[in-house]
Amino acid sequence: MKPRPILRAGAPQRDNRHNFRRVLHVANFTPASALIGGALIGISATLLLWLNGRIAGVSGIMHGALQQRAGDTWRWLFLAGLVAGAGAWLWLAPPAFAPRAGYPLPLVLLAGVLVGFGTAQGGGCTSGHGVCGISRLSARSIVATLTFLVTGMASVFVVRHLLGVAS
Amino acid sequence: MTRAAARNASALAAGLVFGLGLAISQMVNPRKVLDFLDVAGNWDPSLALVLGGAVGVAMLALRFVLKRKQPLFESEFHLPRTTKVDRRLLAGSAIFGIGWGIGGYCPGPGIAALSAASVEALVFVAGMALGSFLYQRFAAPRG
Repeated sequence: MKPRPILRAGAPQRDNRHNFRRVLHVANFTPASALIGGALIGISATLLLWLNGRIAGVSGIMHGALQQRAGDTWRWLFLAGLVAGAGAWLWLAPPAFAPRAGYPLPLVLLAGVLVGFGTAQGGGCTSGHGVCGISRLSARSIVATLTFLVTGMASVFVVRHLLGVAS
Repeated sequence: MTRAAARNASALAAGLVFGLGLAISQMVNPRKVLDFLDVAGNWDPSLALVLGGAVGVAMLALRFVLKRKQPLFESEFHLPRTTKVDRRLLAGSAIFGIGWGIGGYCPGPGIAALSAASVEALVFVAGMALGSFLYQRFAAPRG
């Protein structure tokens, strides 16, 4: 019997896009693993605020870590945990994720610079504004989240559909 | 265990759980993220459920956490002091979104994807560090 691919859904089949172009289909939709993973992120945010009084915003934690101030060991440990936690799952469930290859690296670098700069200026990212901020019903975070969702969608439209870069 | 050691241990634990969540939900896969942002293509709503699941849990739990006088291992909650929606917030978030849509990584998944020995993730994280430096050097408010 084939195991049910709830948590182990492999990399999405990009070929579907061309075979079923006109059909609205959500073959890549993975609701169960999305909700379980999301709940874990919520638990992590709860732990960090309850135990350490810190917002689990990855960009904020990273920007702080890069400032190299005293007493910021916890930032590096959180980031190390991030890598180790994801690594543990990839080790337990190897088909879970194969790194994308062949996407133009200059674009990846540009993306990194914009994300680094933008999250520093905007004071947060998907976790800090998106998860923690919305959970606290912060108006700033709700506005920030709507803003990066809209520009993110516009950006994908330009890169994928206008410039035709396959990803 | 001293309080500082307890703080370090809980930061590591929170990071582990966060990374596990990102990997299980497949947010470490930039294609999955781009498919969510690609509303004109084969839309994949998964990311909305990741965010929804996280917010659902955190909204409920943080109500109880923030009722406490102080965190368990720290003397105060470090919450953002600004409440103003200003141009910096809008510009920064807009720039972040553009980068997010180009690469398919936001900071958490970008860093977590380092675990898959992904060259892309390495380039992305280096770019983020550069972006962070450029902001501090040229754009951060002085004073």
